[in-house]
Amino acid sequence: MSDMTDTGPMRAADGTPLKKSLARALRRQKLRALALIAPLLIFVLVTFVVPIGDMLFRSVENQIVSDTLPNTIQRLAGWNPDSGEIPDEAVFAALAVDFQAAAEEKNHTKLGTRLNYENPGMSSLFRKTGRGADDIGKNFQKTFTGFDKAWGKGEAWAALLGSDKWLAATEGWTKDAGPEPKFSARDEAEFALPLTTGVYRSFARVARADGKKAAADTKPWPVLFNALAEDISSASPEAIAAIGGPSADLLKSAAQGLSSAEPISYKDTFVAIDKGWADLGTWQTIQAYAGDYTPGYFLNAVDLEKGTDGIKKRPDQQRIYLMLFWRTIWMSMLITGCCLLLGYPVAWILANLRASTANVLMILVLLPFWTSLLVRTSAWKVLLQQQGVINDVLVWLGLVDDANRLVLINNQFGTIVAMTHILLPFMILPLYSVMKTIPPAYLRAAKSLGATNWTAFWRVYFPQSVPGIGAGAILCYILAIGYYITPELVGGTQGVFISNRIAFHISSSLNWGLAAALGAILLGAVLLLYYVYDKIVGIDNVKLG
Amino acid sequence: MADVTSGAGAAFVEFEHVQKSYDGETLVVKDLNLSIAKGEFLTMLGPSGSGKTTCLMMLAGFETATHGEIKLAGKPINNIPPHKRGIGMVFQNYALFPHMTVAENLAFPLEVRDIGKSDRDAKVKRALDMVQMGKFGGRRPAQLSGGQQQRIALARALVFEPELVLMDEPLGALDKQLREHMQFEITRLAHNLGITTVYVTHDQTEALTMSDNVAVFDDGRIQQLAPPAVLYEEPANSFVAQFIGENNTLMGTVKEIKGDIAVVALDDGELIDCKPVNVSKPGERTRVSIRPERVEVNKARLQKGAHTLKAEVLEFIYMGDIFRTRLRVAGNDNFIVKTRNAPDQVRMQPGQQIEIGWLPQDCRALDA
Repeated sequence: MSDMTDTGPMRAADGTPLKKSLARALRRQKLRALALIAPLLIFVLVTFVVPIGDMLFRSVENQIVSDTLPNTIQRLAGWNPDSGEIPDEAVFAALAVDFQAAAEEKNHTKLGTRLNYENPGMSSLFRKTGRGADDIGKNFQKTFTGFDKAWGKGEAWAALLGSDKWLAATEGWTKDAGPEPKFSARDEAEFALPLTTGVYRSFARVARADGKKAAADTKPWPVLFNALAEDISSASPEAIAAIGGPSADLLKSAAQGLSSAEPISYKDTFVAIDKGWADLGTWQTIQAYAGDYTPGYFLNAVDLEKGTDGIKKRPDQQRIYLMLFWRTIWMSMLITGCCLLLGYPVAWILANLRASTANVLMILVLLPFWTSLLVRTSAWKVLLQQQGVINDVLVWLGLVDDANRLVLINNQFGTIVAMTHILLPFMILPLYSVMKTIPPAYLRAAKSLGATNWTAFWRVYFPQSVPGIGAGAILCYILAIGYYITPELVGGTQGVFISNRIAFHISSSLNWGLAAALGAILLGAVLLLYYVYDKIVGIDNVKLG
Repeated sequence: MADVTSGAGAAFVEFEHVQKSYDGETLVVKDLNLSIAKGEFLTMLGPSGSGKTTCLMMLAGFETATHGEIKLAGKPINNIPPHKRGIGMVFQNYALFPHMTVAENLAFPLEVRDIGKSDRDAKVKRALDMVQMGKFGGRRPAQLSGGQQQRIALARALVFEPELVLMDEPLGALDKQLREHMQFEITRLAHNLGITTVYVTHDQTEALTMSDNVAVFDDGRIQQLAPPAVLYEEPANSFVAQFIGENNTLMGTVKEIKGDIAVVALDDGELIDCKPVNVSKPGERTRVSIRPERVEVNKARLQKGAHTLKAEVLEFIYMGDIFRTRLRVAGNDNFIVKTRNAPDQVRMQPGQQIEIGWLPQDCRALDA
């Protein structure tokens, strides 16, 4: 027995360590199991996990601000929002460039919409500014083209600011050749004309992203002229003389002619376009939401907002989400409770009847499943409305005065009634399947031991049906908390749930970030309740059959 | 079968002309009359569907009698709900409450009787000790073996000191060895505590070893009510003879009856002497019944007056303590003889022609 004296690891017959051999044997099984579930796994990943993950990610995503106003955000970093003064000229200059780029790409309206969620009025400010942004620098454009018509063409600008390497690379580029080579600046130009080079960088980026024309063939932005004028007036003549390349002479002659030019004020220009730019709040909002990720949507979803002095409550008339969350939670609980009260006796009867009778009754329970949700909800509209069946009967019986018929629909009552009806099978089925497994002998045993019917039920039967109650309640509650169609149709304004608000933001206001944040909170609430349930009742105690 | 009473003592439980029908068309229990004395251990034995469990359930109060009266200690209990009858019951699958510990299970009948906590604990402890399960009070039923659950079920039925305990096939789920052990335990407890026990089973060994009296049920009637020895040795009819123990039957016709002896002509023409049990007149068809161990194959040992018949050995089976031999006797291929494995016992070979015999009183002429 050589393997008995061997002190090393256990070995398989062929000498490989037993563990390795076992792992190899099991790997095949695992791979096979994986292959079997792979289609579903992929399906779920592609159709469920990825879209939902993407959607939830939108609740914190905020790159649109830094993408659209990169230069402005950079300059704005040094501004103190509590200073009481709007940012300085440099920020407005950057804003002019960013706006020029955004207007070319038509991004400024999107950003306006985004910022409008945080500060109403931003949308129209951005729209209006987008229309006027083109004109910033128009007067210098005239001045420069007055010196030489060549300034009106992209070629001169490319030759002036681009490095030789880039010029060589972009020479003869057409849109079929893939993306245009990335812009790199001429070193002397960058040193002497920093503003202009910076603007041109944006200009080249936009041209490259557009992809139709080379930067050299694109008409220069007016704001470029403005920047150049500014640069020339502040740069030393030696530095300008040091710039080489094909446009060197063009620049020199312009510099000579421009020596007396007065640079415009960007700040005044923007304020002239829209007074909103002189408003401190505008800038505070832009700075507050400058980051790539923002808690703004989540704050909004719980009726808070981020101001300069930290997080604070929203104004009263804008606070609706907490109230809606609370309403969703308590109404779902009430609906679950109603389902339990109505469903428990039904499930009990089903579980204790003869199989043939139970099957017939079961069909009645399942019948609602085979009817369209819309039909059922509409039926409730017919029944519950003020001129509806129930009111008519009550009036006919003389229980209700014709003049003040009961309001049974378009309020919370309507939602509770209709949803209890719709969710009832989800309570009955798990209850039934659990009760089916409780042998009648337990009740008999309890009675033979001296328990009354009630004691036998409460002490012996009920505790054993708790797993069914748990499963049914979780199922009903989770379905109720996310229900949308029924509250929408019969809930009026008082009976709608948070999901109706989510739907509104998804399809009407198009504020997907807020919708995602609301949805994420709802998901979190469900998971939290699930966790609490697990702690109190134990998730092993949930049986669906 | 008018009045089957079990003799000694005043009747504690009485069934008077009890009938039960579930569907209004057929009777599951037909005119049951039975009285059980205090302290008696009575077993209801019968095949499934014979009505024995229905009788038990009527006694417990879970079924109502369609007709007739059930009395407990002289009082009719037809209208008393089960929980007021004060009858202890052990169920087929024990019905221990799975969500309670063993001690809580036992305390349950005491709790519903509003017995104080200290008293309750003492009684639970005593009951657990009684079934040697003292250490298991904190366990859940699912953590116990079948035999242990059985003991707990027994203790729970006894903990509130009922005067009557019903047991519905309580040992059915146990393996053979455990079952034999528990049979002994249950009878010991029942006799020590002096409680009246009604025990339902379809296992005849259980019925014979445990009971003071056995009521054999078939077709909704009690076929025979007698102590085990009488039941085995003097079956009242061919159903009881077939149902209890192993039995050889030979078909024949009654020739004549003279006092204690009936002469029966077997179907192959052979005439034998039998004890007439429920045959009354010549010409009647009869089923003659002989127990396999009462058949003698050793001629030398045949007692005086024993009748002999020719037989052919078909099969010999060695079973250790006994030999089991299958013979062909009077056209019956399934005639079994059991012989003790004694030093002088013959071991027969298949094909051997032998003579067998028995005493006329062991050979009972029953209804066909």
